[in-house]
Amino acid sequence: MNLHPTTTGLLLAGILFVLGLISVLIRRNIIFMLLSVEIMLNAAGLAFVVASSHWGKADGQVMFMFILAMAAAEVSVGLALILQLYHQFKTLDSDQASKMHG
Amino acid sequence: MILLILLLILLGGAFLSWVTAAKNRELSRWIALVCLLANLVITIGIWAQHPAAGDQWIATYKAKWVPHFGISLYLAMDGLSLLMLVLTFFLGALAVLISWKEINMRSGFFHFNLLFVLCGITGVFLTMDLFLFYFFWEMMLIPMYFLIGIWGHERREYAANKFFIFTQAGGLLMLLSILGLYFVHAAATGVYTFSYFDLLQTPMQQGVARWLMLGFLIAFLVKLPAVPFHTWLPDAHTEAPTAGSVVLAGLLLKTGAYGILRFVLPIFPEASSFFAPWIMLLGVAGILYGGMLAYAQTDLKRLIAYTSVAHMGFVLVGAFAFNEVAYQGVVMQMIAHGVSTGALFIIAGTLYERIHTRNIDDMGGLWTRVPVMGSAALIFVMASLGLPGLGNFVAEFMILLGSWQANRLLTILATIGLVVATAYSLRIMQKVFFGQCERQYPLPDLNKRELVIITALVIVIIWLGVYPKPVLNTTQKTAYYVLR
Amino acid sequence: MSPALIPAIPFLSACILMLGWNRIGRAAVSVIGCGSIAIAAIIAVLVAVNVAGTGMQPVVQHVWNWMHAGDFQVGIDLRMDALSVVFVLVITIVGFLIHVYATGYMADDEDYSRFFACMNLFVGAMLVLVMADNLVLLYFGWEGVGLCSYLLIGFWYKDPANGYAARKAFIVTRVGDTAMAVALFLLFQYTGTLNIPGVLQTGAQLWHSGDPVVTMIALLLLGGAVGKSAQLPLQTWLPDAMAGPTPVSALIHAATMVTAGVYLIARMHTLFAASPVAMSTTAVIGGITLVLAGVSALVQTDIKRVLAYSTISQIGYMFLALGCGAWSAAIFHFVTHAFFKALLFMSAGAIIVALHHEQDMFKMGGLKKSLPAIYWVFLIGAASLAAIPFVTAGFYSKDQIIWLSWSAAEGSTGYWLAALLGALLTGMYTFRMFWLVFYGEEKTHVHHKPGANMMAPLYILAVLSTVAGFMELPHTLGHVTLVSNWLQPVLPAVRLVQESAVLEWTSQALSALLAFCGIGLSWIWVMRRPRGMVDFLEMPAIQWLRGCWARGWDFDEIYDVLLVRPFVYLSKVNRRDVIDSIYAGMASFAELSHNIIARTQSGLLRWYIMGVVLGAVVILSVLIWRIYE
Repeated sequence: MNLHPTTTGLLLAGILFVLGLISVLIRRNIIFMLLSVEIMLNAAGLAFVVASSHWGKADGQVMFMFILAMAAAEVSVGLALILQLYHQFKTLDSDQASKMHG
Repeated sequence: MILLILLLILLGGAFLSWVTAAKNRELSRWIALVCLLANLVITIGIWAQHPAAGDQWIATYKAKWVPHFGISLYLAMDGLSLLMLVLTFFLGALAVLISWKEINMRSGFFHFNLLFVLCGITGVFLTMDLFLFYFFWEMMLIPMYFLIGIWGHERREYAANKFFIFTQAGGLLMLLSILGLYFVHAAATGVYTFSYFDLLQTPMQQGVARWLMLGFLIAFLVKLPAVPFHTWLPDAHTEAPTAGSVVLAGLLLKTGAYGILRFVLPIFPEASSFFAPWIMLLGVAGILYGGMLAYAQTDLKRLIAYTSVAHMGFVLVGAFAFNEVAYQGVVMQMIAHGVSTGALFIIAGTLYERIHTRNIDDMGGLWTRVPVMGSAALIFVMASLGLPGLGNFVAEFMILLGSWQANRLLTILATIGLVVATAYSLRIMQKVFFGQCERQYPLPDLNKRELVIITALVIVIIWLGVYPKPVLNTTQKTAYYVLR
Repeated sequence: MSPALIPAIPFLSACILMLGWNRIGRAAVSVIGCGSIAIAAIIAVLVAVNVAGTGMQPVVQHVWNWMHAGDFQVGIDLRMDALSVVFVLVITIVGFLIHVYATGYMADDEDYSRFFACMNLFVGAMLVLVMADNLVLLYFGWEGVGLCSYLLIGFWYKDPANGYAARKAFIVTRVGDTAMAVALFLLFQYTGTLNIPGVLQTGAQLWHSGDPVVTMIALLLLGGAVGKSAQLPLQTWLPDAMAGPTPVSALIHAATMVTAGVYLIARMHTLFAASPVAMSTTAVIGGITLVLAGVSALVQTDIKRVLAYSTISQIGYMFLALGCGAWSAAIFHFVTHAFFKALLFMSAGAIIVALHHEQDMFKMGGLKKSLPAIYWVFLIGAASLAAIPFVTAGFYSKDQIIWLSWSAAEGSTGYWLAALLGALLTGMYTFRMFWLVFYGEEKTHVHHKPGANMMAPLYILAVLSTVAGFMELPHTLGHVTLVSNWLQPVLPAVRLVQESAVLEWTSQALSALLAFCGIGLSWIWVMRRPRGMVDFLEMPAIQWLRGCWARGWDFDEIYDVLLVRPFVYLSKVNRRDVIDSIYAGMASFAELSHNIIARTQSGLLRWYIMGVVLGAVVILSVLIWRIYE
């Protein structure tokens, strides 16, 4: 099986994305959910990098920098929220925080 | 100008009585009463000056409001509006009087709402601009919602919501039709206007006219109310405070009838005659079905409420018979029903004040205890079943005589309604006043204030029954022009 | 004298008594109550003299315009012509006597004033009815009479049963009124007016004999008449109407209310005459009613119910006469009937009061000794009702009807036989009552005798019940025609096909014979009670039949099952209004859909992500699919 490097890269990105997604869906621990979201973000970043090398342009790499910056910001906010959640509910189980149901 | 003053007096009185109530409750009642009596005197004065309405229009007033969209402050009064206004202020004054002791909670806001709703009704009866008409139509709604929702009986919120949703839904359909008419008129003539007199001559395609007419009609049928849109009425009437029931039955329902006479028939003559048999059928259904429902009720106010459904059925039958006799009968019916049903609600209210129940199974034998109230009730029960000599007979007889020319079968069915009316009306006497008084209620007879109210109503209903000439004279011209 | 005063004065006095309530003393109430009717009677006599003096020119008075719209116009117009004069005189004079009697009968009642107010109103309404110049005003009186009957039958309202009887009377007569209202609509449609002379005149030009429209109108008017006059099939209210005080019964039966139907048909006689179908229907209804009611009267135990059924039966005679075109004979019978029926009711009332409000005839008996005065007046009344020949008014009037039911152009042998059968039955039930009440052993003790104010009207009526008959004597017996001559300008003479003195004699002799037979039979039945007859009466089938007759041929039961119960059932089932459930359904549908959608708002983060993912998948797949298309 002789695959084009771009295809391989995209496949890897896809697999990573799906893994992250599944993990978000099945994990109840909110820290793991945050980690999984990070995986998905990085999968997307990988796809950008692959695409950038494929087209020979720097745009994708720039985009990856944005994603990195955003992820850092997101983690800081997210972790703060998780801390608050833990204070309030004494648990990290996301299903326990279901007060906002209809 | 005088027409604008009528509205301003009510509006000013509404705010004034609200403001003064914080300091002096009695004063706010007096303000409300004086405003209504002043208006009553003014309208009766106008009536005395124009007993037969030589020209169709007695007074007009026009001012610009939003000229850009063709909206103006256009008020006009003919015989029909005049009579309706006299009725409005008469019943309005009685409504203030009847709540003198009944309403003690937030009485300032109560009178504000009462005067505001009456102002809306006055506007509806006067305005000749369709946009303004819609404005007043909605203006009646909100204070009435508060009247039911704040000062009503046990299920007041349910009733208030139901009333609001029903009338609002009808009102929106009417708004659609008004806009439709506005644009159709503009497309045909290039003039954007909401003026009644301009829209009167709108050339319309048959299909368009019918759809637009239905929009208006449904709004009015809901308000009237006609079967099958009547179900808000028993709840609203039953749960409202006495004054609210009087205003609802006596006046608010009449705006529906007025709308039909003023807008539906003249603007859409072809569509009206096309739908006439079906609408008359609805009227007859109301007469019979409403009567049957009335017969079954055990709640006195609910019983009276259903009689309104039956009586307003006559209005529908008469309005779509397209002849002068029936038309005049309809106007008589609007007035006579306002007086007689208002009176019955007042009697039910005064009874409730004394014995704190509306269930007729808990009453009985009250004639011995309250002979004057019983005799008054007898008179209005007889009016309700259409006894000659009282106003309702003149109305119903003329309606049936006129509608006979239009549709015989439906007229026969409507006439059978008179037998049903006998059954449910006499049920009131039988259950409430006849029989033995088993419970020992502390039960004083009518006091002076109530006596004044009831006497006024009795005099009016007998006057309408034996000498309806002034009323008939006043609407003669309107009937003539509408049916021309 | 202005005719308008005749009904106006009773109305005025009713208002005074009503407003005065219990503040006016009893003596004053009596004076106002009776005096107003007396004044009305005097004015009526003056107007009658005036009418007679001007060659029977009707006096018409326009009081004011009542309703007008388009080409419809009616006024409060009162008319006194030959026919109204007869009715007005009977109403006011008999009404006055009943009022005087009532001052004694009701002396102890707590609502004395209300009673006289209602009685005056009743007389006033009836006067409007018979004096109305247009049909709408006639309808006013017509319904007014209905109202007053309601108020008076339910006078002792504390017993709910009286209220129900009153309500029944009102509703049943209202059924007839509805038919009459439709007749008015038809008349207005075709003749363009509702003034009685106008209607009759236009009608005569418009419709030839047998026209379906005029038949329809006449039948609808007949519907109104049978309602008010308690004829088949709307007769059921009258026996129950006995719930009211006895003077009321006397007023309803003799002077007012039930004779309204007779008046209406006589007044509209040209319309009826133009329709053979309506004529024969009237006669058939009259004939059947007089027999059925006579049979029912035979088996009653309550003295007032016997009299009630006898009224139905006698009105049946009047209808029979009207149906045969014998207009003046019907009116003549109305007059004599008013006298003797008022007499009978009031003497029955006197007995009832004397026996502590006992109405069961089987608990009376032997009253001949204790109440001799009543005995004699009752005998005169009973004799008149049973049509004892030569000396009673009832004989002349009823005999005329019996003869004309055969000899008139519209008559027939069937009618004649029914009328003869009626004569037999009348003799039987009248004297059955008589024997039961006055003979045999005394079962209830008389506790107080009626006073002069109750007896005086009885004496006057006893005289009238005798001499009134001499106003109109048959060909075979002197040939006096005061009544038919008087009515000539309004009511045409009957058209005869049989004019034979021998036949007339035979008919008279036969009816007299049958009346005596009836009396004899009742004597055997009540006083002798032979063993065979008693056994026969005890047979189960006969027992059942007697029960059925006593219940008025079970008409009440039939109407109850066919009309009343279905209506009540339907209305009770639908008390909550099935249409409201549509709107309630809409509301609960909205609520239900809210509940369903609200469930997806679970508050569980992972479910939301799932939703986002699924949405993204769907969108992506659609996009991809679209691209590959």
